[in-house]
Amino acid sequence: MIDWKPLFTRRGVVGTLVVGTCMLVPIIATLIDEPYYMNLFARLMIWAIAAISLNLILGYGGLISFGHALYLGIGAYAVGICSYYDINNIFIQVPIALGVATIISFVFGGIALRTRGVYFIMITMALTQMIYYLSISIEEYGSDDGLIIYVRSEFGTNIINLDNPFHRYYLIFLVMVGCLYLTYRLIHSRFGYVIRGAKSNELRMEVIGHSTFRYRLVCFMIAGVMCTLAGVLSANVEKFVSPDVMHWTRSGELIFMVVLGGMASILGPLTGAMVFWLISEILARFTEHWHIIFGPFLILVVLLSPRGIDGMLGKRGSGSG
Amino acid sequence: MEWALLIEQFLNGVQFGVLLFLLAAGLTLTFGIMDLVNLAHGSMYMLGAFFGATIFLWTGSFILALVLAVPIVAGIGIITEVTTLRTLYQRHHLDQVLATFGLILFFNELVQIVWPLEGLTVPVPEYLSSTVPLPFGIEYSLYRLMIIGTGILLAIGMWLLVTRTRLGMLIRAGASDREMVYALGTNIRLLFTLVFGLGTALSALAGVLMAPILGANSGMGEQIIIVAFVVIVIGGIGSIRGSFIAALITGLIDSLGRSFLDVILALFIPINAAEAAAPAISSMLIYIFMAGILFFKPTGLFGKQPN
Repeated sequence: MIDWKPLFTRRGVVGTLVVGTCMLVPIIATLIDEPYYMNLFARLMIWAIAAISLNLILGYGGLISFGHALYLGIGAYAVGICSYYDINNIFIQVPIALGVATIISFVFGGIALRTRGVYFIMITMALTQMIYYLSISIEEYGSDDGLIIYVRSEFGTNIINLDNPFHRYYLIFLVMVGCLYLTYRLIHSRFGYVIRGAKSNELRMEVIGHSTFRYRLVCFMIAGVMCTLAGVLSANVEKFVSPDVMHWTRSGELIFMVVLGGMASILGPLTGAMVFWLISEILARFTEHWHIIFGPFLILVVLLSPRGIDGMLGKRGSGSG
Repeated sequence: MEWALLIEQFLNGVQFGVLLFLLAAGLTLTFGIMDLVNLAHGSMYMLGAFFGATIFLWTGSFILALVLAVPIVAGIGIITEVTTLRTLYQRHHLDQVLATFGLILFFNELVQIVWPLEGLTVPVPEYLSSTVPLPFGIEYSLYRLMIIGTGILLAIGMWLLVTRTRLGMLIRAGASDREMVYALGTNIRLLFTLVFGLGTALSALAGVLMAPILGANSGMGEQIIIVAFVVIVIGGIGSIRGSFIAALITGLIDSLGRSFLDVILALFIPINAAEAAAPAISSMLIYIFMAGILFFKPTGLFGKQPN
């Protein structure tokens, strides 16, 4: 029997509202004839997927990765470069993207996880910056002008056609829900307990016989691969990819979404991404210099509400997510 | 000819290294003593460039630009420290990273509002715009030599300050045991503010010095600050000596790599491939170097080993 009780807590209501909104946006947008909102929410959900993946290492693992946008770049460039060589089949593109992400996250994670604290922050940042400069220096793929993607990824069937905005939207929605579910399963598994245990007391985990390095490396890789999916989707929405997607400010924004929504809560990154986009959309209507308000806002959130929106919903009970 | 190019690029590398040191010194001090990750350190460099350029354009005197811009920016830095950063010392690194990220967004946007969108360009002051003849028939810019000289003097000054003065003693003591220094009756808040002001001043000075070469534009701080992070990570966080050596190595690797990597690569692979690959690889060289160092020494060359 399904236990419906968690749905009727404050956290459950907010979660249902957030996911429900994402599900209903295309219908509402069509009814009020504002397709713009559908695009906005498609982008928002892509950011949410990236934030959900970052939450795995940042929220649950307690590791401050300041280079997570790298994987958005890998996903987006995998689609971009494949389509540059006329490979449009998504069943070829995605394995390539995920394969590259697996190798890179293995190597980068292996280097970064040898270090602690500030070193870890700066190394993840610098490694991403390295790939950022690499993408700028390759003229074949458009340097900093970026690469236009003329054909969206093809499934080879008419049932799913990414040129159709509804298909695109609901594919993104499904991937996002899948990532939320995967996060839920992961953190409630033995693996998740080790990761969370290492966050609160690394030494103790080592002493009772877990190699925290290996667990963290796998966690780092899962997060990277998940975020790569967001990159693949992003390339299909924008039909464009440039080094900008892995600019270090993107990584900073991702961290902010996770913190804003509430670290180590399953739906937190999604709520955070939503509030982030709403605020930036609203501010951008008033002035093009909206960062001048957004910067101090960010500082205030950090100073006044370190546990984010999830923290405002009251103390965490057992089993709620 | 090859020798002339080599020496010229060597000097460029030293000049870049000296610049990196001016930024890294402040970063490594604030981290070593206050345990503060300050991403916004590069914003002070940017503000230094903007104020320096503006004052230079208004008054026509570069000396005046240096004398005025550095204290102004140091003042802004101290105001930031007192209003925002001070509350962050006891907080988690994540909060510090985010809040100072907010500061960067704020300052970048601020200069776009106050100054023209495309930034400012200023000439090299006339009395420094000549070139100096060096061996092998090289003519090297006097201005760049002046930057190298200033940087090395400041590095010596910093070394004397940290090792020979009472303030330096407190700085070293603060870096190794904050609570104890506080318990012995030092006004630790004042010490922090002073050190922060000092770091900001060095960073602002770097900005003023670079304005005639790079100009002043929004976002210039981050490009260099990430390299400065690489420097302090290589040198070992908290170590002034480490950041000086790491800054010079990084500067040299970067500028020699950019000019000679294609020649070196051509020894091993066909010249066409070498010329195509060199720009891509040379832009990654310093990061590869950093990764290599950390692989063998996870706390950098001169960093404290964890207990």
